[in-house]
Amino acid sequence: MKNLFKTAAFGMFALASTALVAGQANARDLTIVGWGGVAQAAQSDVYFKPFSQKSGKPFLEESWDGGYGVLQAKMKAGSPNWDVVQVEAEELALGCADGLYEKLDWDKIGVKDEFLPEAVNECGAGVYYWSLAMGYDGDKLNDGPKNWVDFWDTTKFPGKRSLRKGAKYNLEFALLADGVKPAELYDVLSTDEGVDRAFKKLDELKPNIVWWEAGAQPVQYLASGEVSIAAVYNGRVTGINKAEGKNFKLVWPESMYAIDSWVILKGAENKDAALDFIAFASQAENQAKLPLKVDYGMPNKKAAATIPPEIDANLPTYPDNLKQAIPLNVDFWIDNSEALTARFNAWLAQ
Amino acid sequence: MSGKSFLQKSGPLLLVAPLFLFICLFFIWPLGSVLTQSVSDNAVARLLPETAKVASSWDGQSAPAEGLQAAFVTDLRAATDEQAVGDMVRRLNSAQSGFRTLMSKTLKAVQDKPEGPIDLVALDRKWSQPQYWKAITDALSPTTDRYLLAAVDLMRNDAGEIISQPPKQTINVAIFGRTFWISATVTIFCVLLGYPYALLITVATGWKKQALLAAVLLPLWTSLLVRTAAWFILLQEQGLINSALMDLNIIADPLALIFNRTGVIIAMTHVSLPMMVLPIYSVLLTIPKNLMPAAASLGAHPLRAFVRVLLPLSFGGIAAGSLLVFMSAIGYYITPALIGGAGDQMISSFIAFHAQNSGNWGMASALGIVLLVVTIILYAVYERLATQRERSA
Repeated sequence: MKNLFKTAAFGMFALASTALVAGQANARDLTIVGWGGVAQAAQSDVYFKPFSQKSGKPFLEESWDGGYGVLQAKMKAGSPNWDVVQVEAEELALGCADGLYEKLDWDKIGVKDEFLPEAVNECGAGVYYWSLAMGYDGDKLNDGPKNWVDFWDTTKFPGKRSLRKGAKYNLEFALLADGVKPAELYDVLSTDEGVDRAFKKLDELKPNIVWWEAGAQPVQYLASGEVSIAAVYNGRVTGINKAEGKNFKLVWPESMYAIDSWVILKGAENKDAALDFIAFASQAENQAKLPLKVDYGMPNKKAAATIPPEIDANLPTYPDNLKQAIPLNVDFWIDNSEALTARFNAWLAQ
Repeated sequence: MSGKSFLQKSGPLLLVAPLFLFICLFFIWPLGSVLTQSVSDNAVARLLPETAKVASSWDGQSAPAEGLQAAFVTDLRAATDEQAVGDMVRRLNSAQSGFRTLMSKTLKAVQDKPEGPIDLVALDRKWSQPQYWKAITDALSPTTDRYLLAAVDLMRNDAGEIISQPPKQTINVAIFGRTFWISATVTIFCVLLGYPYALLITVATGWKKQALLAAVLLPLWTSLLVRTAAWFILLQEQGLINSALMDLNIIADPLALIFNRTGVIIAMTHVSLPMMVLPIYSVLLTIPKNLMPAAASLGAHPLRAFVRVLLPLSFGGIAAGSLLVFMSAIGYYITPALIGGAGDQMISSFIAFHAQNSGNWGMASALGIVLLVVTIILYAVYERLATQRERSA
């Protein structure tokens, strides 16, 4: 009995000490988190790997699909296991206000005056501009949809539709389909009647909608013929055209654009390396390489100026594309996201 | 000597100590913190002590008095922890949309002017509207029932009475109903498929028995995600089932098997089946083989013998299997997410949404607590029925 007890106690002690030693194991490498897919593959080639070569230190990359709660949970759990994260405009504003991110030292990044003003934030540095636009297969539809009224018209364009799951963007698209002018979009959406109107319009299309969450899904649905028109990230469409020789088309008029930012999670283990990385990824010569691989717009004006014209025409930041597009109203969503998302979820689950 | 007797006495206790610690650490403590999370509401109260002192002097109707505004400004000046301020703003915005931008404007003004009074109404006319101040004064109590009420589609009105929420905003009750309905359906299908299968294993011998058992055990050893993904491939529009049926000219158009309730039930039934088959099988093994021939020798029709002899004796297995399947089905998340449509999501996906996407841990906890309570009630009913049966048997 005594021996057994001794052995058990010794075993427990051994276990506990290994756990302690393991707890102090090697420091984690710089962890960079993007949105996956073609965009992250391109970022890995032009930012992550060259930066790691330059600094002589390895890095880890992960991907996510957004969600403010994910970051919040990491912070509440103690020290976060991510360092640099690519976040959407709304997550940038929320997290910066809530103290989830480190304040960036723009003197160290050094290219503040080369950046477009909206790409500079005290907590974030612009990653790229992206659009959510209508996409369709040009081989299946000769004369494709021109606007959101067409998107809603299932007699003119038979087949299902795919939209990004969530209230954001879809309420805007629904109002546009209901004839609201882009300039009045958020004025209408700010009223209760406007929200009712948007949901009523979504009701019309509901049986024909296939919802997507990851950016790769709508392109797959278009390729397999499961849906005939989808709201897609613009870079995915040109990406699949290049990779698989497809003839997918984008509809720039009434597309919506926003900018993503790099942030550093507060108290991150590698926050100095993280800032060095952001500085590296913000330099004009490095940013200039990204659009050659994936069609997103660069926040560094010097980089944007060097893009070859045939690529430039595919970017959200190309003047002709920008002119017809609608910027996402981040402030509106910061205030109303919770209430509208609750209503959207209730609507969706009915 | 006394040392030895101490060891003898405490030996068993020490042996169970790790288990006891484990249960405390990984079961009781998390459960307690979920419970606390669902009723605690100190995000606002802990930062606004001065405001809390004068809040009762305000009638809640008119534009708030200067004293309240001044106390609020004093509190904001004293609040330096950014994350705590963030928690407060998020809590206020969830009660009254528009607080986010209002507060970032106000906090900036407070930072710019570290002393002296600030005219909040001049800063933003939202501050002249009572509903924003009402949101603050309502949030000053350290505990709240708003999450628990919201979890069952209720809320308090301005007078503090409990009323139902506007139907457009929430459908938690319907989702709970759906969760239990899907779980019950899956349990029934599992009994209908699992019982005959378990009976088959019991009577089979040799390699046939091994093969039948392996067919149950192999899926059990495979990851849930893999099994669900396999069903995705089988059920999809161009999937194996549809293409086989179409090649055989049984159907002309593909059946809708995926992104709907049918697919969810099929996949969940398959995934849960081993948990039904194994308990029934283990009970059937203990029933003497000669009972059925004995019943037949007394002239009972095989069906009558089954209903009067075998079924009552194996009831314990069915009950245990049903309980296992039903309880685990309630918590399903991955299978409905991959195979189901928007109308087939169960309560777990809403809990995950609140925990991961909206960062509303209070709401996520409240939904979890309601699920736990309802499940415990159902279990209590089951226990009662089972003991009554035992007594009457």
